[in-house]
Amino acid sequence: MAVGSGGLQDKPWTDPKAEPFVRVLGVSKYFGDIAAVNGVDLNIYRGEFFALLGASGCGKTTLLRMLAGFETPSAGKIFIDGVDMADIPPYRRPVNMMFQSYALFPHMTVGQNVAFGLQQEGVAKAEIADRVAEMLDLVQIKALARRKPDQLSGGQRQRVALARALVKRPKLVLLDEPLGALDRKLREQTQFELVNIQEKLGATFVIVTHDQEEAMTMATRVCVMNAGMVEQVGAPAEVYEYPNSRFVADFIGTANLFDGLVTEVSSDQTRIASPDLGGDIVVGSGGAVAKGASVSVMVRPEKIQVMPSGSPDPGFNSAEGIVREIAYLGDVSVYHVELISGKRVQFTRANLLHTADAPLTWDDRVRFQWHPDNGIMLVQ
Amino acid sequence: MRSPAKSFAAVVRRLHQPGAAGRLTALAIPYGWLALFFLLPLLIVLKISVSESVMGIPPYLPIVQLAEKAQVQIHLTFSNFALLLRDNMYVVAYINSVKIAAISTLISVVIGYSMAYAIARSPLRWRYLLLMLIIIPFWTSFLIRIYAMIGFLKDNGLINNVLMALGVIDQPIAIMYTPTAVYIGIIYSYLPFMVLPIYAALERMDPSLLEAANDLGARPWKAFLRVTLPLSMPGVVAGSLLVFIPAVGEFVIPELLGGLGSPMIGKVLWAEFFSNRDWPVASAVAVAMLALLVVPVMMFDRFASRYFRGR
Repeated sequence: MAVGSGGLQDKPWTDPKAEPFVRVLGVSKYFGDIAAVNGVDLNIYRGEFFALLGASGCGKTTLLRMLAGFETPSAGKIFIDGVDMADIPPYRRPVNMMFQSYALFPHMTVGQNVAFGLQQEGVAKAEIADRVAEMLDLVQIKALARRKPDQLSGGQRQRVALARALVKRPKLVLLDEPLGALDRKLREQTQFELVNIQEKLGATFVIVTHDQEEAMTMATRVCVMNAGMVEQVGAPAEVYEYPNSRFVADFIGTANLFDGLVTEVSSDQTRIASPDLGGDIVVGSGGAVAKGASVSVMVRPEKIQVMPSGSPDPGFNSAEGIVREIAYLGDVSVYHVELISGKRVQFTRANLLHTADAPLTWDDRVRFQWHPDNGIMLVQ
Repeated sequence: MRSPAKSFAAVVRRLHQPGAAGRLTALAIPYGWLALFFLLPLLIVLKISVSESVMGIPPYLPIVQLAEKAQVQIHLTFSNFALLLRDNMYVVAYINSVKIAAISTLISVVIGYSMAYAIARSPLRWRYLLLMLIIIPFWTSFLIRIYAMIGFLKDNGLINNVLMALGVIDQPIAIMYTPTAVYIGIIYSYLPFMVLPIYAALERMDPSLLEAANDLGARPWKAFLRVTLPLSMPGVVAGSLLVFIPAVGEFVIPELLGGLGSPMIGKVLWAEFFSNRDWPVASAVAVAMLALLVVPVMMFDRFASRYFRGR
């Protein structure tokens, strides 16, 4: 799933001796009494494609703007390449940003837009022309150099904005919802292109997005934010498979959450009595909780197996229910099954055949189960 | 900008389409208004400017006259226009008017731009109050405001009294009845027409454009020169036309505040009409002024709109 991970095989964040390229230390930002960003610590490493993911208003854009220098932290420090950014204005930071609105200069042609940054650096005219042409080539809009922004489509504008943010060869590129204005097909295609460009240039990218699929597809690591705070930072698969909180489990993908009380703890297993499920849950991890603790267990929809009603009950991680909703998504179908407790459970099945061997339909009774290693226990 | 002929052709074409009656009524109002209050008076002035001056009421000869033996007599004369060139006074007044209007416009751009910029960059809750303060003087009659200026500018007026009290000067400076007073009067009166269009242009600007310029390495003043200024030029052009055009023909301000030293064409026109009762010459002055102004102003507007808006 994570195509972006290819560029960083060595995973610098797992190496305690690795020097982070961007260090965010206890950064907060208050607007009046409201903390948009609240005590964030982050390390971002050279060459990473780092995604800040969260719902709107979670503080991800404010954090990005503090990296660019448009906002000053109310507390905490930001280091880029070892330099404290506190007194460094935006125009002197080794950072370029691609704006959500693209912010293309409407009175300049595409070529002039891209050349603007180089002119500020005092680069020689001939070199500017070369580098602008090279950059327009990279984002495949060479033919549009003489157009004005209002003569371009959304996708073309997005490319101009990207070219303009990359042309100065910044060490750190900030992207604020870069694909937000594109339609789905174009967005998916552009996601791969962005990753390829990033790998080719070797720059560090920090992207802000509310689209978890986008973050998962492109990023080496994802930082899930909620209410100004960091909930979890990890590789996409890590965040998806091992969320550390109900919030992350719910925000990334779809999660079935069963509440319950711990009844048995051993070194490699925990048994939980869950009224939601109407039975016991066994998870393949132990130790971390005490008996009697109130926990939730998360199971992803694709990890649930379905069997005909009346199949033998394994005694845990299983229940019977009635199919209430079916969402046909093309490649998979999502089934909503109602348990006796009233709890609804979602699972997916791949639509492998044009006529499924045991087609499920509304009001069918089914039994489902999952393997203990596929349940993740979340302490509340 | 479409030529009137083309617009007219478009109107005629539309008349043959369904719903033409409603459209015709809707179009008749603006076109009728323009014909009645703009084209017709202009034609009358044009007619008078080529008529012969006489003593009487009205003080000019009709162009077409029924003479004896059912003959039609046509009196057409261009001597009024010839006089404008022959008599140095008119040429001097024209040049003087254009000069005063141009300098006033230039100063208004500088003052007006800074005011508009300050308003556009002030917090939202202040912005409308500040805009109101720009507009409020319009609630008082123009004439009264110009009279009030006399109280500021005269020898024992506010400006001189304050400067003397502060010890900056011992003798009052002569401001009244000098070109300086005319400049002050024109700039004071027309400044809102400069501020408002520039403000509109600045306010419309996406603030992220400046952030983008900063982000790409432009210091604030460079970002202003390369982004803010060019994007607000349509406002500057509109404001300049709104100040320059009426300032050239201004009559009240030079009459009340100015001296005899620098005649403006508006004053000359007034004198021809009311003192000399020479309507044909006065009309010729007006027509010449129109011709001299409209052509360059239209060209300027055309150029400006193509440069800044046209793509």
